[in-house]
Amino acid sequence: MTAAALAFYAFAITTLTGGLMTVVSRNPVHSVLWLILSFLSSAGLFVLLGAEFVAMLLVIVYVGAVAVLFLFVVMMLDVDFAELKAEMARYMPLALLIGLIILMQLAIAFGVWEVDAGAATRVAAPIVGVDNTRAIGLLLYDRYFLLFQLAGLILLVAMIGAIVLTLRHRQDVRRQDALAQMFRDPAKAIELREIKPGQGLAAPIEGARR
Amino acid sequence: MADFFTNNWLGIVLLTLGQCLLILVPLLVALAFLLYADRKIWAAVQMRRGPNVVGPFGLMQSFADFLKYIVKEVVIPAGADKAVFLIAPLISFVVAVIAWAVIPFNDTWVLADVNVAILYVLAISSLGVYGIIMGGWASNSKYPFLGSLRSAAQMISYEVSLGLIIIGVIISTGSMNFGDIVRAQDTGAGIFGWYWVVHFPMVFLFTISALAETNRPPFDLPEAESELVAGYQVEYSSTPFLLFMIGEYMAMVLMCTLTALLFFGGWLSPIPGLPHGVFWLILKILFFFFIYSMVKAITPRYRYDQLMRLGWKVFLPFSLFWVVLVAFLAKFEVLGGAWARWTWGV
Repeated sequence: MTAAALAFYAFAITTLTGGLMTVVSRNPVHSVLWLILSFLSSAGLFVLLGAEFVAMLLVIVYVGAVAVLFLFVVMMLDVDFAELKAEMARYMPLALLIGLIILMQLAIAFGVWEVDAGAATRVAAPIVGVDNTRAIGLLLYDRYFLLFQLAGLILLVAMIGAIVLTLRHRQDVRRQDALAQMFRDPAKAIELREIKPGQGLAAPIEGARR
Repeated sequence: MADFFTNNWLGIVLLTLGQCLLILVPLLVALAFLLYADRKIWAAVQMRRGPNVVGPFGLMQSFADFLKYIVKEVVIPAGADKAVFLIAPLISFVVAVIAWAVIPFNDTWVLADVNVAILYVLAISSLGVYGIIMGGWASNSKYPFLGSLRSAAQMISYEVSLGLIIIGVIISTGSMNFGDIVRAQDTGAGIFGWYWVVHFPMVFLFTISALAETNRPPFDLPEAESELVAGYQVEYSSTPFLLFMIGEYMAMVLMCTLTALLFFGGWLSPIPGLPHGVFWLILKILFFFFIYSMVKAITPRYRYDQLMRLGWKVFLPFSLFWVVLVAFLAKFEVLGGAWARWTWGV
């Protein structure tokens, strides 16, 4: 067995174990951590295929950003495990039915799947002359430029949608104006007043917060 | 003999292992003295003496601390998630170490000369946040959890601008390999040929983002002692704490090295005529480390909302604008292609 094959099996087994443990784990935080392990080892598989750029993107985008936010949300959740278990028994028949349907669909799909005899040799088609970062760049920005821009537009719309859904201007909360805070004049910010005992302030201080 | 190390698989494994040790051991020893230097500089600014008891001038202080850390008991809180609690500092340490695999120290002195070296470093440093989140969560305690949440948000925010700043350098070079980036700065003009001239504003943005990314003061909010005791490190003791601390400092030295490689010509000599060499790189790293220490000593801590505002509303738009600007400057080869070094064929 070559070193590459050994590495492939190591990464593949880790990926599968990670995926399995994601589903099996009782603790949702552990699930996310296993999922991250799964992502990482699939990045390793990409490296073995010679697609190092995709591998790094997988780590940066999924592991470095998406999974962190995921972990964020899951950690904040207050999950009652006993209650969850009781719920599970109730929905078990439905879950089994869905699982069965998906399994059947997969079986049908694979039943009619025809594999080209030469497919195995084209797994990692050699790119001559350019490294794969450049190859991806040329494809994305030259040949599929319009589709790439379209994908960007869709993401932009999604982003605007998310902002519109969550943005709200509450009237009862004072908003901070960082610039105004920074450009305050120390000479005007503090005022010294002589206050006689027992009298208090006759007039409120100008500009004071209430 | 040379045949054994290039053809036999055992030889290759041994050679790689040896190279790893050749990077790791000097790095860890240097780290011990950098820690000492950090404390001494900090003390000098505050007119204290700093560590001065162990060894001459207190030089052995870090090694005494090291011994103290490893012989103490590892205390694990009763409510902690034991496995995650112990894995977290390991992640923090390992991630900080493996990023050094692609860092070149001289023209050909690099362990793994990969094409996507910059992306690799970015990916690895984005993993560093997991050590902190896992540590904070597994401690099952309020302050660590708050600290880890803060740090996660902070590191993600500043990673974005770090990535954008690096894109400018990549555009100028036409490669993501550190060796190519440094060689592109070798223009024969010495210090004025380096990227800090053509990417001038980005040097400051990069340094500040690097401070935020490594949770150094003035952005050390995850461990702000006045509000969170020590953030995610509260429940840690002995060796796990040591791993966290080494990881943190290692990430910092890595950022110093990145600044030196990306903007200050790596191993190139600043004066035309003087020989290039690893000596220059070390000198540059030490200089940036000194700046980091000074920043720690003389700046007050940022407020958390101001930190977020700075990251998303100032750094992100500015670095994005700079990427677009550099793309145009490179495309039209302004100033004879100062932003498009690949056209010079160096």
